[in-house]
Amino acid sequence: MREPRSVVLLGGTSGIGRALARKLAERGDRIVLFGRKPEELERSVQDLRVRGASKAAWVECDLRKPESFASSFDEAQKVLGFFDTVIVTAARFATQEQLERDRELLYELLTVNFTHTVLFCEEAKNRLLARGGGTLCVLSSVAGERGRKPVVFYGATKAGLSRYLEGLDHRFRQEGLRVITIKPGFVKTPMTAGLKPPPFAAEADEVAELILFAIDWGIPVLYVPLVWAPIMSVIRRLPRFVMRRFNF
Amino acid sequence: MDSWLEAHTDHSLSFSSESPPPIQWIEGWGRIGVWGKELHSTELEPASAGAALFRGLGRSYGDSSLPAGAGDVVVNTTFADRILGFDEKHLIVLAEAGCSLRELNRVFLPRGFFVPVTPGTQFVTLGGMVASDVHGKDHHVHGTIGRHVLSLRMRVADGRVLRCSREEHPDLFLATLGGMGLTGHILEVEMRMRRVPSPWIRQYSRRVDDIDEFLEALAQAAKRWPYTVGWIDCLTRGRHMGRGILLAGDWASPDEAPSSFPKPKKKINISFDFPSFILGPHTVAAFNHLYYWRHLPRERFCLTHWEDFFYPLDAIGGWNRMYGKRGFTQYQCVLPAAAGPEAPRRVLEILTKHGGASFLCVIKDCGPEGEGVLSFPMEGVSIALDIPIRGDTQELIDTLNEEVLREGGRIYLTKDRFTRREHFVEMEKRRLPRFQEIRQKWDPELRIRSAQSVRLFGDPMPSPKKADGFAFRK
Ligand SMILES: Cc1cc2nc3c(=O)[nH]c(=O)nc-3n(C[C@H](O)[C@H](O)[C@H](O)COP(=O)(O)OP(=O)(O)OC[C@H]3O[C@@H](n4cnc5c(N)ncnc54)[C@H](O)[C@@H]3O)c2cc1C
Ligand SMILES: NC(=O)c1ccc[n+]([C@@H]2O[C@H](COP(=O)([O-])OP(=O)(O)OC[C@H]3O[C@@H](n4cnc5c(N)ncnc54)[C@H](OP(=O)(O)O)[C@@H]3O)[C@@H](O)[C@H]2O)c1
Repeated sequence: MREPRSVVLLGGTSGIGRALARKLAERGDRIVLFGRKPEELERSVQDLRVRGASKAAWVECDLRKPESFASSFDEAQKVLGFFDTVIVTAARFATQEQLERDRELLYELLTVNFTHTVLFCEEAKNRLLARGGGTLCVLSSVAGERGRKPVVFYGATKAGLSRYLEGLDHRFRQEGLRVITIKPGFVKTPMTAGLKPPPFAAEADEVAELILFAIDWGIPVLYVPLVWAPIMSVIRRLPRFVMRRFNF
Repeated sequence: MDSWLEAHTDHSLSFSSESPPPIQWIEGWGRIGVWGKELHSTELEPASAGAALFRGLGRSYGDSSLPAGAGDVVVNTTFADRILGFDEKHLIVLAEAGCSLRELNRVFLPRGFFVPVTPGTQFVTLGGMVASDVHGKDHHVHGTIGRHVLSLRMRVADGRVLRCSREEHPDLFLATLGGMGLTGHILEVEMRMRRVPSPWIRQYSRRVDDIDEFLEALAQAAKRWPYTVGWIDCLTRGRHMGRGILLAGDWASPDEAPSSFPKPKKKINISFDFPSFILGPHTVAAFNHLYYWRHLPRERFCLTHWEDFFYPLDAIGGWNRMYGKRGFTQYQCVLPAAAGPEAPRRVLEILTKHGGASFLCVIKDCGPEGEGVLSFPMEGVSIALDIPIRGDTQELIDTLNEEVLREGGRIYLTKDRFTRREHFVEMEKRRLPRFQEIRQKWDPELRIRSAQSVRLFGDPMPSPKKADGFAFRK
């Protein structure tokens, strides 16, 4: 039998994170949800309990406030005893038009999705390494692979994040830290609710299943759904003058 | 009225997300749609402030879940799908309105619990089930879902969020069961589940030769089985009009059921519109023939998968696209027992006269009327017909409605798209005034409304100048 995991999940109240938390709960893993809205966290924890979580709790943690990360992890350690897996599905999204109009929103997206996510991962990394290793799984995006018109800023944050995670994996795998980068294509979640689903749009549930697989097998990079791997390998090779013509 | 609209159109709406949703094309299950704004939200409480209507998985066939005008916001609840508690001793479940029946079944059936009442598809939300006060194959024993609902958490038109039940605000509670979302927005549902002895179904089926025999067979089966329903081949006329298959079932006891949990069923998906000739009278006649004669022995007993028994159509995702771009409608009426056994025959005759207007008909005997002020079922026979849209669809529905009126019956709003207001008002002349009175009390300005309520209840049309889009078809 597989040992149950003890998981810290940032972003588990919604979308892919919600689907993932449910799968973890249903197979008996122990979970602490991190997030910024106490009431939402409480409701999500109730949901996980009904689904059979052996342990489910929440701790407040806001990606806009990096100074709170350390104490959130302390709290998680108290609740769980220890944790061996940290998952980050939290991020911000806004359309290119919104971000071009609204400087404040742009600033928040850039810091939350990149700088503060990196700081959060650093805190997680230190704690996991302190107990001899563990798994750090973070959701980046296919949007980070090329510069594209509708996701100039969002794509840039995800590009930076992917590179950081790649470096982290190279530097610490020897010491027992398994860094897992997930690159989803379009997934039907609250994040993308206003947008028209393109071909290969996936459900959060199927994506969560694949993420679980990557976590259990320590796969360093996974495109989800899998069809995005061959698609992105073509798109990465397209010359810039071609990319410039595309509006997607 | 106008000043309220002024205040609540576009940007002034209090949304949880940063910007209001764009105008998009919103469809019912029959694929006829309108332009409107659909807001998907995980947090129903903030999202419901200022919303004109709620909708779930959009399995209502007609315009019940569609906004009245392009400026109206309809909140889609499907991301609000958390189960908030389960009291195993008293079988009470509390969940957010967007929780789907499929998810409830997936979580609870392996533990030996099932929903108190289920419609013929799992792709419905709790909120949608309550708003339509759905019935199932067991209506003659278990009534509608409303009977098993204990309380609702709602956002009402004046902005308050409150709990209602048979004790607290009973008028609001009872009008909401089957109230098609017009009394307020359901945020959470508390209901009592049922314990089942195994996850397998003991099934009985039999071939039936004509409509008279069918009514008799249904009545007989109802005495022995909690679940009964009939499928009628509508293309057969004359002496064999109303021939079909009667299906009955019950949960198998642990000793007759396999010890394993039935594997989830595989699904195929239809992701494009069928050209209209595929579902023509000839292909369907052939299919119906096969379906009927496959059942060679007159009677059959077997053990079946619960999904096959309750949700045969769910095996094909997007089956509504088989009807092509023009879409289809469902017509469902109930004829009171008092109208006598000849009434269903008269309805079928109208249908067969219209030549291939419908292929398949589902027939079911209903138990007594429930508590919902405007719920559909009443003691008698319910008939449901899938009707592909053609030039004469309006005329056919009118003729059917006139017949139903003569018989003292009524239609099921969650299926309807074509009924005329005067027919509806006449059918509901006993109940509609009470419903409207309760609505008036809770929502004097009729802020909560749907395309259907404008069409059938006479709600004022939102003024077109406020709608920043044209209502033409895509
Ligand atoms: C294949 C198939 C088989 C069916 N079989 C049956 C059957 O056997 N018996 C039966 O009774 N019905 C049956 N139905 C109809 C179906 O059960 C109802 O239309 C149900 O309401 C659909 O739920 P939904 O979540 O899709 O709601 P929607 O279609 O999205 O909405 C339906 C209505 O509910 C309202 N509503 C939805 N959510 C809320 C909420 N949270 N608060 C307030 N109002 C809300 C909407 O405004 C609308 O008026 C069937 C439908 C299909 C497609
Ligand atoms: N959906 C897609 O198509 C897609 C595609 C590629 C990549 N991704 C990536 O996949 C991940 C999950 O996406 P999703 O679609 O599941 O998104 P989602 O449904 O919007 O969920 C995002 C989660 O992040 C949380 N969050 C946002 N800002 C936060 C903050 N400042 N502090 C703490 N938590 C915060 C949200 O909680 P609140 O309720 O508190 O806001 C929510 O739980 C994201 O990293 C996203 O970039 C998604």
